Amino acid sequence: MFELTKAQKQIQKAAAGFAKGEFDKELAYEYEKNGRFPESIWKQAADLGFVGIHFPEKYSGGGMGMLEAVLVSEAFCRKDASIGGALAMSTFGSESILRFGSDHLKETFLPPVAEGEMLPAAAFSESQRGGNFTSIKTTADRRKEEWVISGLKMNVINGQGAGFYIVLCRTGEETENSADGISMIVVEADRPGISTEAAGKKLGGNMTATSHVSFDNVAVSADNLVGVAGAGIAQLETFLSESRVLSAAQSLGTALGSLDRAMDYIKERVQFQRKLAAFQVTQHKIADMATKIELAELITYKAAWTRDQGRMDHKLNSMAKLTAARTAMEVGAQSIQLYGGYGYMTEYEVERYYREAKAAELHLGARDVQKDVIARAVIGKIK
Amino acid sequence: MNILNYTEDHHRFRKTLAEFLQKELVPQRDQWEEAHIVPKEAWKKMGAAGFLGTSVPEAYGGPGLDFLYSVIVSEELGKADLNGLAAGLHSDIVVPYIVSFGSEEQKKKYLPGCVSGDIVTAVAMTEPGAGSDVASIEMTAEHEGDEVVLNGSKTFISNGINCDLVIVAAKDPGVEDRHKAVSLYLVEDGTPGFTRGRQLEKMGGYSQDTAELFFSNCRIPKENLLGEKGAGFIMLMQKLQQERLVCAFMTVIVAELILEEVINYCRATEVDGKPLGKYQQVQFTIAEMATETRMNRALLDATIKGHMEGRDVIRETMMSKYASSESLNQMIDRVLDLFGDYGLLEANFLVKVFRDVRVITIFAGTTEVMKTIIAKSLGL
Repeated sequence: MFELTKAQKQIQKAAAGFAKGEFDKELAYEYEKNGRFPESIWKQAADLGFVGIHFPEKYSGGGMGMLEAVLVSEAFCRKDASIGGALAMSTFGSESILRFGSDHLKETFLPPVAEGEMLPAAAFSESQRGGNFTSIKTTADRRKEEWVISGLKMNVINGQGAGFYIVLCRTGEETENSADGISMIVVEADRPGISTEAAGKKLGGNMTATSHVSFDNVAVSADNLVGVAGAGIAQLETFLSESRVLSAAQSLGTALGSLDRAMDYIKERVQFQRKLAAFQVTQHKIADMATKIELAELITYKAAWTRDQGRMDHKLNSMAKLTAARTAMEVGAQSIQLYGGYGYMTEYEVERYYREAKAAELHLGARDVQKDVIARAVIGKIK
Repeated sequence: MNILNYTEDHHRFRKTLAEFLQKELVPQRDQWEEAHIVPKEAWKKMGAAGFLGTSVPEAYGGPGLDFLYSVIVSEELGKADLNGLAAGLHSDIVVPYIVSFGSEEQKKKYLPGCVSGDIVTAVAMTEPGAGSDVASIEMTAEHEGDEVVLNGSKTFISNGINCDLVIVAAKDPGVEDRHKAVSLYLVEDGTPGFTRGRQLEKMGGYSQDTAELFFSNCRIPKENLLGEKGAGFIMLMQKLQQERLVCAFMTVIVAELILEEVINYCRATEVDGKPLGKYQQVQFTIAEMATETRMNRALLDATIKGHMEGRDVIRETMMSKYASSESLNQMIDRVLDLFGDYGLLEANFLVKVFRDVRVITIFAGTTEVMKTIIAKSLGL
């Protein structure tokens, strides 16, 4: 139970090897600063099967599960939190098609994602804060064989470079049950009536641009409905829940990357005629960091494994996300602290890891959101 | 509840300053952030308006005001998000070295310019190999006849690009004792052999220029020795109380500012039909932050008071810097959560704050150095 299979270890090794060979510190610095997507690395990663490793083979995927996807993302983010984060976002949103889409939608949209030909974009939020999905206003009207979509989506990751959007919209009347009448529909990015506006620079995740996307009477085929009409909120919950496991993997890798860099530094840096590593306070800091990472890894792997057993555990997924995201923040902060003045300088990377850690923590719901999910499951219905 | 006795004069000064900043400097703030530098003209404007070197005695062109004016200048700069113009560093950290240890000639030569803003100052202790461990600096100062020859490099020097005058810590290679070898020297911009390295790119504080400085056979007149030869380390240690106190009051004001911002936000923002501020967990979170900030304010003000009375408040100063800077970093980390997706966008002012304040647990002595000094002061 506490060991990866041989095949999983090989994937882990292959992902780490690829990252070591292809990820470049200068490139990461340049791309992060200028908000550029690491396109050639993405294409190579797709060619080697790392992108969409959790998609079935018939859709150009790796035919593997969540745990393998976690191992890849962890290894990538460990080598570079920003490049790894961008690659993690290169499938983000398409999993809703994978889980709920018709064969036709899967055949149409999953292969280009797995092959590195197209980026998906999840167009769900309609406010600056995000969340609060049951009160969305974007509408999809059924006209003969088409859906006609109108509305404004905020802070859409890959909003500008996406090949298609998964749009959360209202296909039915609002009822007393606020989740009613909301659906997911795929919108090809080349349809007329779509315009985007950049949301600007971010604290982290700058390699994947975030945009506000406006849909003005955008017509798509009736076949583009994902899953069941009116089931959008339930589908979204599942999608978000699964995505939290992948997000946890990102944070786990980011935490490891921070620790790696801190370790390199404390073994080299001498102050007060001693290596930093020789100070007891440094040692205990490292012990805390390593312990937190071990815990984050355990819960993240367990969440992924549980999903791969066919079980859906929202609570566990949120616990993994909460734990791993916090770990990346705490480990990141201590890494900067151990580096002292150097830690605040862009050149030494740990500040970028820390920013990426916060970006990951804010994505898919910050601490309070995860605790709400966990508490709901643990406490159950209150009589 | 007030520990510090601000007079009507102080309040008037604060009001004039706040208006000056809004009118004269705030409109350029974003430009500075973009250009990664505060132009010299801004320093001169500050000087001309009487907001630099407020503690410099009248005999040397200053207004000779008490330390509360220093507090006010730093607080108002912080409130206006103008920390890029490191007036606190200049007026209350570097200039006091000249006031306290400078010769009559040095004071006459430099202090009026420090007050007018014609001379921007920096202090250069840190080296690539010497951060927390100041005594391990390697830069050398060799006295040759009427001159001193400086060789070595400094890093992370705030005001490093803008400085017209820099106080440099260097060692006499002929003195074995690593503390007694250290002396301080005044080096003017343009001295042959003194060059600036690149401006360093940082996580935040973009508009504040942090740079490397290089000294290669840099010859200065021996009159530029500051204070006594070999007393450098003692002078540095003597000034650290005020230096760290300045850091603490720059920190607490930002915490207070954030608190105000987040309270306003939580009152104005509705989530699921209810103001964010009506959610119990949000209330508790903000109650905790407000309590911590109030405690930090109380300790800080008591420490400022002791400092102004000339008492040894080293321990309290270290406590104040450590506690307030750690608290502020945790606070801003938590605050961003409350904004959801908007906690990530640079368009949100608090994201800039998140990047800017990360350094305060590090500069002018890390939290670890603070704790070491606190422990020592407790007899451990």
